[in-house]
Amino acid sequence: MSRKEIKLKDVVLESGIEVKPIYGPEDVADIDYERDIGEPGSYPFTRGIHKYMYRYRPFTMRQYAGFGTPKESNERFKFLISQGQNALNVAFDLPSQMGLDSDDPRAWGEVGRVGMSVDTLKDMEIAFEGIPLDKVSVSLTINAVTAIMLAMYITVAEKQGVPLAEIRGTTQNDILKEYIGRGTWIFPVEPSIRLIGDTIEFCAKHVPKYYPVSVCGYHIRESGANPVQEIAYAYAIACAYIDHVLERGLSVDDFVERISFNFDIFGNLWEQVAKFRAARRLWAKIIKEKYGATNPKAMQMKMIAGGGGGGLTIEQPENNIVRSAYYALISALSGTQTMALCSYDEAYTIPTEKAALISLRTMQILIEEMGLADTVDPLAGSYYIEWLTNEMEKKIVEEMKKVEEMGGIVKAISEGYVQREVARQAYLYEKGIQEGTIVKVGVNKYRMEEEERDVQLHEYKPEQAEEQIRRLNQVRVERDGAAVSEALEKLRHAAEGTENLMPYILEAVRAYATVGEMTQVLKDVFGEFKEPVGL
Amino acid sequence: MKEKPIRVLIAKPGLDGHDRGAKVVAHALREAGMEAIYTGLHQTVEQIVEAALQEDVDVIGLSILSGAHLPITEKLMKLLAEQDMADVPVIVGGNIPQRDTEKLKALGVAGVFPTASQFEAIADFIREIVSQRRG
Repeated sequence: MSRKEIKLKDVVLESGIEVKPIYGPEDVADIDYERDIGEPGSYPFTRGIHKYMYRYRPFTMRQYAGFGTPKESNERFKFLISQGQNALNVAFDLPSQMGLDSDDPRAWGEVGRVGMSVDTLKDMEIAFEGIPLDKVSVSLTINAVTAIMLAMYITVAEKQGVPLAEIRGTTQNDILKEYIGRGTWIFPVEPSIRLIGDTIEFCAKHVPKYYPVSVCGYHIRESGANPVQEIAYAYAIACAYIDHVLERGLSVDDFVERISFNFDIFGNLWEQVAKFRAARRLWAKIIKEKYGATNPKAMQMKMIAGGGGGGLTIEQPENNIVRSAYYALISALSGTQTMALCSYDEAYTIPTEKAALISLRTMQILIEEMGLADTVDPLAGSYYIEWLTNEMEKKIVEEMKKVEEMGGIVKAISEGYVQREVARQAYLYEKGIQEGTIVKVGVNKYRMEEEERDVQLHEYKPEQAEEQIRRLNQVRVERDGAAVSEALEKLRHAAEGTENLMPYILEAVRAYATVGEMTQVLKDVFGEFKEPVGL
Repeated sequence: MKEKPIRVLIAKPGLDGHDRGAKVVAHALREAGMEAIYTGLHQTVEQIVEAALQEDVDVIGLSILSGAHLPITEKLMKLLAEQDMADVPVIVGGNIPQRDTEKLKALGVAGVFPTASQFEAIADFIREIVSQRRG
């Protein structure tokens, strides 16, 4: 057979980009290094937001953890810290995320199941007992009731003697993505954005080292979006929050540097790396050119980028350990600030201690043994990576334009357009797997008959729900009831107006009002979101 | 006479917000020629039973990924029995460990389809139980 007759398979990435078998200088001829790539730590930050990146400070390792009672979670937190994890990422149970007390009938069966239960300040005190909040940075994965959980966290830190100005950490606090994926929304769109604005404004003025919002492309991608849409929708959402806060009279240079991102990793290695490099460059341009920022820190796209559950399989679960290691490699090659990996058993349930430890060790092996910290952005200058970075950026910009043409992201989400688009893609992806056009090892290729899958799973203990309810009732008895009622009335009155609600929520939290009580007050005033159900 | 299309209620009970699977399966059932009605998130079992009655469905499909499939399904089966609707078959999908399949069936669930189940297997199963029920 002569060379001419070789027929190569077409390669098209998930984002719809066609890939050639070979790239060369002509593919990157238009690139101007200073303008388009730049030194690490310099605009447009394509290569990374810091000059020396991991050579100076390795990425933060932040496994998602929390289950059962605050006491149990506290033990897991301390275990992870003792094993070299340098930050925490707290998982709340669904009732806490949905603003329901543990004894609410709607919470039945869910208390302490997928995260820790928090009903009152007391629970947050127990969760962080013996964990120095001036040293450990804590991320709270909370959305609809962020203002309440943030107020509790701030209060616990203060009780530990940490001044407001020194409190570090992150709340996820990205409600718009909850309407697309993840689903823990409570209030309608407008008041939800107001609550986010309240936390951003409060932190900008009083808790300057805190990151009040982590905008999530992660869950949008996990719900079915492709990598381009992941970034485009997340950026459109971030801009919606920025626009809202600007109306309050703050300047971009004051608060945008405290907005971070949470992105997802699975799928094609090169596509993901190019996605993040393109995303960093584009964010810098948006903040500088569209918003006119002058503070370089505001232009830096800071992210947690982790191995996503969407890439893991229920079949041959040990393969997930290998997948996660590759996801970690992608994350490090992409210049992430923080890394977290879904554990190999998470296609089944929340991780066991052993599974969480393997994830932590995966990241440690990468940075300690593999040379990932040696030099910054080692893939820079690759013909393929730089070309693909350009293509990804173009695609993301196109997708953001589509959202604008629909009347903006808030409208597109309120009317369910984005949800339908994401669900349609999820269906096509699943269909692709079932038809074999998308290969998943162990699922539609190299499949094995597995009799009983021998995976040790995390056990849910229903008796812990009873313990949680007992403690909640004890707090209700011991607290000053009149102070609670008064604080809740003040909160109601403030919610009816336009003031920043954080001081009122802080007062209610300090009086040991419950999450359910505070949420109910806000529901009375704001109402609840009506989901645009459509397929 | 053309046979009435099979109507399936795809329901998201409880607080779990993971709706990717529910929507994907609803799409797949439509492609398979059925009428799939999706409830949206955060439904109580009372709302689900009411919707099943109002929509006159042949099958109820529950999608649960929080791990609370046993207590939620138990509650739903009880309510169906109370409402004289015990004859409406219930199938459960989501993050269901193998060890819980038998427990769900003991509660009266007709079929269990964990994450990554084949569309065809789900559709075939539904056709089979509906044809048995319609007689």
